[in-house]
Amino acid sequence: MTDTAREDALKPEVVRQMRRDARKRYFQDSYTLWKRNPITMIGTITIALLILIAFIAPLLATHDPYEQILADRLFAPSAEHWFGTDNLGRDIYSRVVHGSRLTLMIAILVAVISGPIGLVVGVLSGYLGGWVDEVLMRISDVFLAFPKLILAVAFAAALGTGLENAIIAISVANWPGYARMVRAETLAVRNSDYIQAIRVLGAGRLRIMVGHITPMCMSTLIVRVSFDMGAIILIAAGLGFLGLGAQPPSPEWGLMVSDGRDYLVDQWWVSTLPGLAILIVVLGFNLIGDGIRDILDPHQRQS
Amino acid sequence: MGNYILKRLVSLCITVAGIAIVTFFLSLIVPIDPLAAIAGPQADPETVERLRAVYGFDQPLHVQFFRYVERLAHFDLGMSFQTGRPVLDDIIYFFPATFELASIAMIIAIVFGIPLGVISAVKRNSFLDQAARVISLIGVSMPVFWLGLVLLLIFYFKLSWLPEPGRLDIMLIEPPRITGMLLIDSIIAGDWEVFQDALMHSIMPATVLGLFGLAGIARIARSSMLDVLSQEYVKTARIKGLSEFWVIVRHAFPNALVPTVTMIGLTYGGLLEGAVLTETIFSWPGLGRYLTVAFLTLDLNAIVGGTMLVAISYSLVNLLVDLLYAYLNPKITLAKGEG
Amino acid sequence: MTVGADKNNLLEVEDLAVRFYTLRGTVHALEDVSFKLGQGESVGLVGETGCGKSLTARAILRIVSPPGKIIRGNIRFEDKQLLELSEREIRQIRGNQISMIMQEPKMSLNPSMRVGKQVAETLMIHDKSLGKRGAYAQAVDMLNAVSIPDPKHMAKRYPHELSGGMAQRIMIAMMLVTRPKLLIADEPTSALDVTIQAQIIDLINNLIDDIGSSVLMISHDLGVVAETCDRVIVMYAGSVAESGLVRDVMENPQHPYTQGLLRTLPDAIDPGQPLYSIKGTVPNLMDEPLGCRFAPRCPQATDRCSSQKPPVYDVGPGHQVACFLHEATSPVAGTSVGVQL
Repeated sequence: MTDTAREDALKPEVVRQMRRDARKRYFQDSYTLWKRNPITMIGTITIALLILIAFIAPLLATHDPYEQILADRLFAPSAEHWFGTDNLGRDIYSRVVHGSRLTLMIAILVAVISGPIGLVVGVLSGYLGGWVDEVLMRISDVFLAFPKLILAVAFAAALGTGLENAIIAISVANWPGYARMVRAETLAVRNSDYIQAIRVLGAGRLRIMVGHITPMCMSTLIVRVSFDMGAIILIAAGLGFLGLGAQPPSPEWGLMVSDGRDYLVDQWWVSTLPGLAILIVVLGFNLIGDGIRDILDPHQRQS
Repeated sequence: MGNYILKRLVSLCITVAGIAIVTFFLSLIVPIDPLAAIAGPQADPETVERLRAVYGFDQPLHVQFFRYVERLAHFDLGMSFQTGRPVLDDIIYFFPATFELASIAMIIAIVFGIPLGVISAVKRNSFLDQAARVISLIGVSMPVFWLGLVLLLIFYFKLSWLPEPGRLDIMLIEPPRITGMLLIDSIIAGDWEVFQDALMHSIMPATVLGLFGLAGIARIARSSMLDVLSQEYVKTARIKGLSEFWVIVRHAFPNALVPTVTMIGLTYGGLLEGAVLTETIFSWPGLGRYLTVAFLTLDLNAIVGGTMLVAISYSLVNLLVDLLYAYLNPKITLAKGEG
Repeated sequence: MTVGADKNNLLEVEDLAVRFYTLRGTVHALEDVSFKLGQGESVGLVGETGCGKSLTARAILRIVSPPGKIIRGNIRFEDKQLLELSEREIRQIRGNQISMIMQEPKMSLNPSMRVGKQVAETLMIHDKSLGKRGAYAQAVDMLNAVSIPDPKHMAKRYPHELSGGMAQRIMIAMMLVTRPKLLIADEPTSALDVTIQAQIIDLINNLIDDIGSSVLMISHDLGVVAETCDRVIVMYAGSVAESGLVRDVMENPQHPYTQGLLRTLPDAIDPGQPLYSIKGTVPNLMDEPLGCRFAPRCPQATDRCSSQKPPVYDVGPGHQVACFLHEATSPVAGTSVGVQL
């Protein structure tokens, strides 16, 4: 009887079922942990709101974000202008609402550009090894040698100001971290029984890398990118503030903070309110990131 | 150990070479003609051509690159357009102010960050832990430039508790420059008025920069404390009859310190980034502001030289941190590995 | 409640229950664990990994860490109820009257503190009058007592500079330097090389004799227990299955689990025999404990075994078994082992 039980335990469909159950339990636990942690909940709600606001920005805005009414310049917050007006008489609330689109776009584009670059470099480097690995990792080391913001600022300055260049510049500074991480992940799965078996079955390198290794690295990469969202937005806002990112009259939040600097003393709202928007969104992303870190922490699962 | 150091030094050399390539590339894509900048706007085309030959811009790219490397080997980073002085002299001149600011910021980050992290770990998942984590998360989420403006608005413009941006009151005379760090130079000169004023001026920028570094330190202190608290030797300490306080102070904390020290090293590098924005807001005459101005005015040599030196010093800091870690760590990794 | 408060007993554990409150539910890690330990006696606590041996030891010292919680029971040590003491009072007992040697000596020493200082620390906690010097001198003497060569010099070493055997000697010195009345040894040799296991066991036994301590020896190795202990307690899945004099239990096991366990030992007479293994797996402690925990694996189980908890029967002098098989022939034990009143 024990023997048949043992044979049963080794059947592929049984193993697969066990794996499926384990994964299901893992997700259930993750969900429980997520629910239990109010911090993560607040973060999730904040970012859900950001996405919603970005989608329906034209409906939420009370004014045209670009319309300059010089007679209305530097009005304090009121029922008409909720966040007041800036030095060109534009409604700050409407500009902040429209700015959410830019912020979200920057974050997504940087992720979409630097994520795949890091993925390709990391998988190639980790799977092929040898000189390919050596060369690719040396290159990413060089990029990692620069502080991120400084590299982004340098490239933004060199490429010329503008939102698109800022996005490219941030991506340039961002990909090496992903490449390193994906490489480590690839090394870990490369020698697994699973990949060995596929290799024995005669699958080619390309097929293994694209079809099997890449999907296995995706979840870690996505988690990592979601940690970085806050930092990406901060760097973009910093570029905007320095005048190296988005250009006037764009309602980019960092740029708006910079615009209001001259009026800080008497018209505090011009500068501080867009900055507050940056803080809230970045905090939202970081709260989620911190929560994910916790959910993935094996220590936490025990309690 | 010796082998390890050698290996790291070799890879540092490769990295520095890479940094040179990246900065050279940077100089190629800057959308200004360096010659026009050297020759000035009134120069006639003939002069420009002559200069092109003099500076070697008519040569193929790889020749230009080797010339660039050759100049670097002689520590020649070229002249800055904005100051009219050699870039290297500028950097040496502006660096101490940044170093001073970053050091005060570091002290703030350590003094608040480590206890915050330790308390978080010890009172794990309690309200205190959550509060400490939210505080440090707010720290990393705060746009540095915005926090600077808000602090200026409140403490300078509205309350007048702290002085205006800058490093020293304009009515005061700087003490003789010895280290370039005002606080130290004023002590050497025995000028307490300057010392006090410089200290007051540094409070706001250092707080802003310190908060930037605090979160990372608190996080690493928390996670390494959590790691240590789950170790067997902490249990041993409890079995001996030690109170929880002494278990933490004598047995847990010293072992959690190694990764935290590593993080402190890395944070120093991170503060260089923060300095770019902080110094801009607080008109702090340091490297960060020098670089910002260079970026905005497309001062080519200053951009290339400054970026390169920042990257090299950042790599050096990383190397030192790694060596320190390897030096401090063998006993810990061995103890873990063999048990 | 039945109380056989025998003054000769140093330690009495009664109805001890520990639960872990985890994400997926409550783990009933210990249920109704009861046993006693006489003055000067050495008792072995045996069972498979995860049966709650170590947890029992930790519960006695009250160092069960969250999410685990002691939810019920009495632990009497001399005239003190350990579970009722304040945090300060229990600390005066830990390391002083009850000490514990752990499984992984190298991981159980603080990697950043010299070993001499670690040994001296135990003394200083419990005798403030000694002073740093006095405690350190005694610690060095103690290192000598655990046969560490050149103790003065070795006291200045860090744990990573020591071998596993040396580290365990340090651990023993650290825990016996205060001459405790009870020593708990949690698998003190399982992490060590086979060649030095015997040395360490001998060392513990010799020191114990000198000091006059009692010992609770936790082990999954019946051989070690047979050699060193007077009595043995067999645990299964968080409960006590059988207890008695080593000779009685080893030669005449009464609980089907003990019988199975003994059959898993390599046969000395006929080494050619294939090793026996108990069928089935250890139950999920997440389930509410109904009946006998061993029932699903027990070759002699009846329907009743899986629904009703067996009481403890006296099957001989000091020999007790929690199994219905003895219902007809033996009286229910005077001191309860698992009887809920």
